[in-house]
Amino acid sequence: MTEEIKNEILPSNEELNENNDISSAAVAEEVPLDKNIKLMSPTRMVVRRFFRSKLSVIGLIMVVGLFVFSFIGPYVYHLFVPATDVLGSGYKSNVSIENFDEWYKNLKSRGWQQDEKDESGKWEYTPSDYTITVDGEEIVIQQLLHRHEKDSALSKPSATHPLGTDKSGYDVLSRLMYGGRVSLIVSFLAVAIITVLGIIAGGLAGYFGGVIDNIIMRICDILMCLPGIPILLIVGVLLNGWISEGYAFITGETRIYFLMIFISCISWPGTARLVRGQILSLREQEYMVAAEAMGYSTFRKIFKHLIPNVMPQLIVQMTLGLGSMIIYESTLSYLGFGVKAPNTAWGTILNLFEEANGFEIAMANPLIWVPAGLCIVIAVLGFNFVGDGLRDALDPKSRR
Amino acid sequence: MFKYILKRVGLSILILVAVSLIIYFLVRLMPLDFVASNAGMNSEPETLDKIREQLGLQDNSFFGIIKGYFKWIGNLFEFENGYITLGRLFGNEKPVSQVIVQGLPTSFVVAFVATIFEFLIAIPLGITAATHQYSVRDYVITVLVMVGISLPSFFFGNVFKAVFAELLGWFPTSGATDASQSTTGIIGILSNFKYYVLPIFTITILSLGGRMRMTRTNMLEVLNSDYIRTARAKGLKESKVIYKHAFRNTLIPLVTTLAGLIPSLFSGAIITEKIFGLDGIGTTALTLTNTGNIPFIMGYNMFLAVLSILGILLSDIMYAIVDPRVKLE
Repeated sequence: MTEEIKNEILPSNEELNENNDISSAAVAEEVPLDKNIKLMSPTRMVVRRFFRSKLSVIGLIMVVGLFVFSFIGPYVYHLFVPATDVLGSGYKSNVSIENFDEWYKNLKSRGWQQDEKDESGKWEYTPSDYTITVDGEEIVIQQLLHRHEKDSALSKPSATHPLGTDKSGYDVLSRLMYGGRVSLIVSFLAVAIITVLGIIAGGLAGYFGGVIDNIIMRICDILMCLPGIPILLIVGVLLNGWISEGYAFITGETRIYFLMIFISCISWPGTARLVRGQILSLREQEYMVAAEAMGYSTFRKIFKHLIPNVMPQLIVQMTLGLGSMIIYESTLSYLGFGVKAPNTAWGTILNLFEEANGFEIAMANPLIWVPAGLCIVIAVLGFNFVGDGLRDALDPKSRR
Repeated sequence: MFKYILKRVGLSILILVAVSLIIYFLVRLMPLDFVASNAGMNSEPETLDKIREQLGLQDNSFFGIIKGYFKWIGNLFEFENGYITLGRLFGNEKPVSQVIVQGLPTSFVVAFVATIFEFLIAIPLGITAATHQYSVRDYVITVLVMVGISLPSFFFGNVFKAVFAELLGWFPTSGATDASQSTTGIIGILSNFKYYVLPIFTITILSLGGRMRMTRTNMLEVLNSDYIRTARAKGLKESKVIYKHAFRNTLIPLVTTLAGLIPSLFSGAIITEKIFGLDGIGTTALTLTNTGNIPFIMGYNMFLAVLSILGILLSDIMYAIVDPRVKLE
C-alpha cells in the first residue's frame, strides 16, 4: 500500500524515495521499518546511476554493438557469403576451357559477377592452347588464360558485397569486421598492460614513499617527456627493419602488438600517478592502521587493502584509455606502421590515402573508407561516453 | 622561488639526458644501414666509413653505442654563423637546427591560429554548457564536443579535404609548397592563407573538446560555491554573476594551461600537415624518420622533449603566479 502511494508521489527519484520511506514507515507503524527501506549495495547504486544517464547507455550500446559486429558478425556474414570469397580474392591464374563454364558458373554463384569484373577493367582473357601426350596420343587442351590483378577490385555495392570491394578485391564489410577485432584486441591489451604497470609502480611509490617513491616518480617524469607519435615512428621504423632482417616472431601481422606493447611501456606514468595519489591519502586512514595491527604482509596491504579502493578511479581511467589506444593504433596503421595488408585493421583501411592515387580512389569510392573511419569514431566515442558515465556514477557526491 | 626554479632546471637537465639516452638507443637499434641509404649513390665505401667514424656509428655493441652517444653530444655544440647546429643531417650535411627552424613558421602559424580559435569557441561553449547544466543545450554541446575529441585526425582531415577541397572546391586540396610562392616565412604564409584554412580548422575542432570540458567543469565548480549564492541573493543580474563573479575564477586553470600549450605550438602536427601537404616540421619529421636520418631524429625528438619540459615547468610557475595560495617549494 505505502509502496504504491510512494510511487505515485515520486515515481522516478530513488534517493528521495528512500527518505520518503522512513517517514511513511513511521506513519504506518504495523510495517517493520527495515522491510520498507530499500537497501542498495554501493555497486547497485553505481549501476543504477550509470544506467540513468542516457549518454552512458548510448555509449555502452555503441561499444557492445561494435564487439558483436567484429566478433560475431563474421560468423553471421559467412552464412551468406563464404569465408573464402570474402577473405581471398578468388584468384585463378589459368582455367582449362573444358570446365570453364562450370568454373565460371561456380564463381558466379559464389558472388563474383561479370559486371563487377568489368568495372575493374583488370580482366584479360588470352586463349592459349597446348598439347600433351597421353598414351602416345596428342591431346590439345584448349585453355583460357585469364589474367587480372585482382578479382573484382573496386566493385560497387551489390547483394554479395554490401559495401563493395576495395582496391585489392577484398569485401569491405568483412574487412571492417576483421579489422575491428584487431583494433579492439590491441587496445584492450595495451590498456591491460598500462594498468598493471601503473598499479605496481604507483602502489609501490605511494606505499613506501621516500627513495622508492622518488625513483619511480623520476622514471615517470622521464617517460612523460618522451614525445608520443615521433617516438612511435622510430619504433615503427625499427620494427620494419627487424621484419626485413627476418626475425621469426616479428611479422607484418604481429608488428602492431609489439608497437602497442611499447606504447604501454611508456604510457603507464599517468595511471601510476593516479594510483600513487590515491594511496598517499588512503594509507593514513584507520583501516590501514587496523591492517597493520593484524600483522598483514606488505604485499597484502598494498594489493588487497589499498588497490581495491583505487579501483573506481582506475576503471574510469581504463575506459577512457581504451579510446585513446584505439586512436593510437589506428593512427599507426594509417601511417603504415601498424597492421599491413592482407591483414587489416580500421586504420589500415584508411591507409588508402597514403598510397599513390589513393585520394582519387577514395573520392570515387567513399564506401571503402568512410565506414572504417566511422567505426573508429564510434568506438572511441562509445568508450568516452561509458568512461564519463562511470565517472559520474562512481562519484559519491553526485546526486543525479 | 628562484631556488625552486634552479632546482627544477637541474632536474630537467637530468631528465633530458635520460630521454636522449633512451631515444639514442632506440635509434641505434634500427638494423638498417642508414648512412649508406642517405649518403647518395655515388659515395665511396671509404667516405661512408668516414661518416660513420665521425658520427660514432661504426660499432653496434653496447659500448659502441655509448661512445656514439657522446659523439652525438659532441656534434650538437658545433657552431655555424653564430647558430648552434645540433648536428648535421646525413646526405646533405645541413645543420639540424636549420632544418627544424625552416619548418617552424608553418607549424607555428597553424597551431597558433588554431589555438586562438579553440579558445574563442571553447570558452563560451563551456560557460553556456555549465550555466545550463543538464539542459538540452548542455547535452548537445557536450555530445558534439565529445565527437570532436573522438575523431581521429587522419580520418577527419581527409573528410574535410574531400568535402571542402574536392567536392565543394572552396580551398586547394594540398600543398602550400607547390604554390608559386616567392616569399617564405610568416609573410609567405599570410599571402597563401587559403592553404592553411583547412588544417587550422581540423586542428581547432579536434582540440576544442578538451578546452570546453575543462571550462565547463571549472565553471560548475565555481557556480556551486557559496559566494555565487551570495551574489545571487544580493539580487545581482545573472550576467554579472556569471561573467564578473564566476568566470573570473575559472580563469586560474585556463591561464595555467597557457604555458602547457608551448609544446603543441611548436611541435608540429605530423598527420594534419601530411594530409594537407604543408611543409611544416611534422612532415619533415615523418620523412626523415622514415629514412632513418639519425642526427635529425635525435635533434627533433630532443627539441620536443625540451619543449614539453619547458611547458610543465612554466605552467607550474604560472600556477604560483596566478594563484597566490599556491606556494612553490
